[in-house]
Amino acid sequence: MSSIPDNLKYTASHEWIRIEGDTAVVGITDHAQAELTDIVYVELPEVGRTLAVGEGCGVVESVKTASDLYAPIAGEITEINSALEDAPEQVNESPYDEGWFFKLKLSGEPDLSGTLDAAGYASQIGES
Amino acid sequence: MADPRRTALYETHQALGARCIDFGGWEMPVQYSGIVDEHRAVREACGLFDISHMGELMVGGARAAEFLDHALTNTASKLGVGDAQYSLMCNDRGGVLDDLYVYRIAKEVYLLVVNASRIAEDLAELQRLVAEFESTRTVNVVDESDNLSAVAVQGPHVNRFVSQLFTVSGLIAVERPTALEKNQIDAFIFEGKDVYVSRTGYTGEDGFELIAPNEIITILWERLMELGSDHGIKPAGLGARDTLRMEMGYPLYGHELSEGVSPLEAGLGFFVDMEKSFRGRGELGFQKKEGVTRRNMAFAMTAKSPPPREGYTVWIGDEEIGVVTSGTQSPSLQAGIGMAYINQPHAKRGTDIEIEIRGRRFPAELRKKPLYQKT
Repeated sequence: MSSIPDNLKYTASHEWIRIEGDTAVVGITDHAQAELTDIVYVELPEVGRTLAVGEGCGVVESVKTASDLYAPIAGEITEINSALEDAPEQVNESPYDEGWFFKLKLSGEPDLSGTLDAAGYASQIGES
Repeated sequence: MADPRRTALYETHQALGARCIDFGGWEMPVQYSGIVDEHRAVREACGLFDISHMGELMVGGARAAEFLDHALTNTASKLGVGDAQYSLMCNDRGGVLDDLYVYRIAKEVYLLVVNASRIAEDLAELQRLVAEFESTRTVNVVDESDNLSAVAVQGPHVNRFVSQLFTVSGLIAVERPTALEKNQIDAFIFEGKDVYVSRTGYTGEDGFELIAPNEIITILWERLMELGSDHGIKPAGLGARDTLRMEMGYPLYGHELSEGVSPLEAGLGFFVDMEKSFRGRGELGFQKKEGVTRRNMAFAMTAKSPPPREGYTVWIGDEEIGVVTSGTQSPSLQAGIGMAYINQPHAKRGTDIEIEIRGRRFPAELRKKPLYQKT
């Protein structure tokens, strides 16, 4: 069973979102990192870029495959986790903490209508 | 699509928590503990692979040696009983129909181990060639793939325990598996059945491949896991098999090899005996004389980059000079590596190239195979 913290929101494409005031922190789930395994490269969007929901904004590469990353919520990129450049394995080791991907500044109230709560995501990945 | 086939070891893989993928129509384990972990186990200790999906064709008869010399690029007739060689089967245009291992298991009997995805094509082609080769049909080609399973046990620690599998000497020549030299095979009795054991593999490490009837493969696997438990053995999947073979620069059918490329273009001229007549010899003779227009080369990324992947374009300046056929992040070298078809005159070791990845170019260098060498 993978870890699915209750305080986060999730997408069907395995990103998680943590709302901190007017900022959303984004990463990929424990289930996603376990499926990908051995993450060796993470390509993140540029700071300042404005993303729409569902927009392709990066790539996560394991030894075996490359997977696209999608914006789970709209906003402007304010910070990326540049530590992942030299230590992409942090995504495997700590997907919800050190392995975060980027921060988005929200324009107004966050629109979480397309996201899942922990129970919804657990059911999505067949772990409920 | 038909449902993927499962090997006799499928339940064993499930119990070990393997993640499976479709490979050449087979549901095979891609990994157990993780590709990098399994890769390291094979380089430093020992890994056990299920390779039951591979095909086993028996070619027998008084003229079997002569027939295989005609059908394949390498010279099967030069093998002594108990010896093996890598070989290729070509079409009339010199394109590769399959790459395979040829084992001489008796004076008039050869065992051909072929790619899973090519069994039907190989069988049809060999049977057609037999009909063309002689009218009396004294050469027989029999597909034993459905009856036989196989495992590969690979790594520097394997020779410490593999011989404990058997209590009696080999039926051909050697007393125990560790007495086999590289590219030799013998048959040993296990659970009352014959098991073929060869000192071959696809990892670049010392190791063995064992071919056994389906009904005893599970107990053979369990016994190997038990004997290897003090020597760091881990089950290993196709993911690690792929990264290991890429570090060695070994070709994989469907990637470096296909009906559209020749063994000479693939850099496998060593396994083509131009001194004899064989199918595809005409075109290959021409290529040898005129030189090939492209050649498969190994490369390594020389700066931080995403891992290279199959299909990426290779550049020198403004000129598109090739295409990547396999690529990954090498667990041993901690760098992106791969193989690519490179147009002449650029296919030279030491040449600086660039690999295009999602619209950006990253520097790499053409290197000698193997990319990984034991220190």
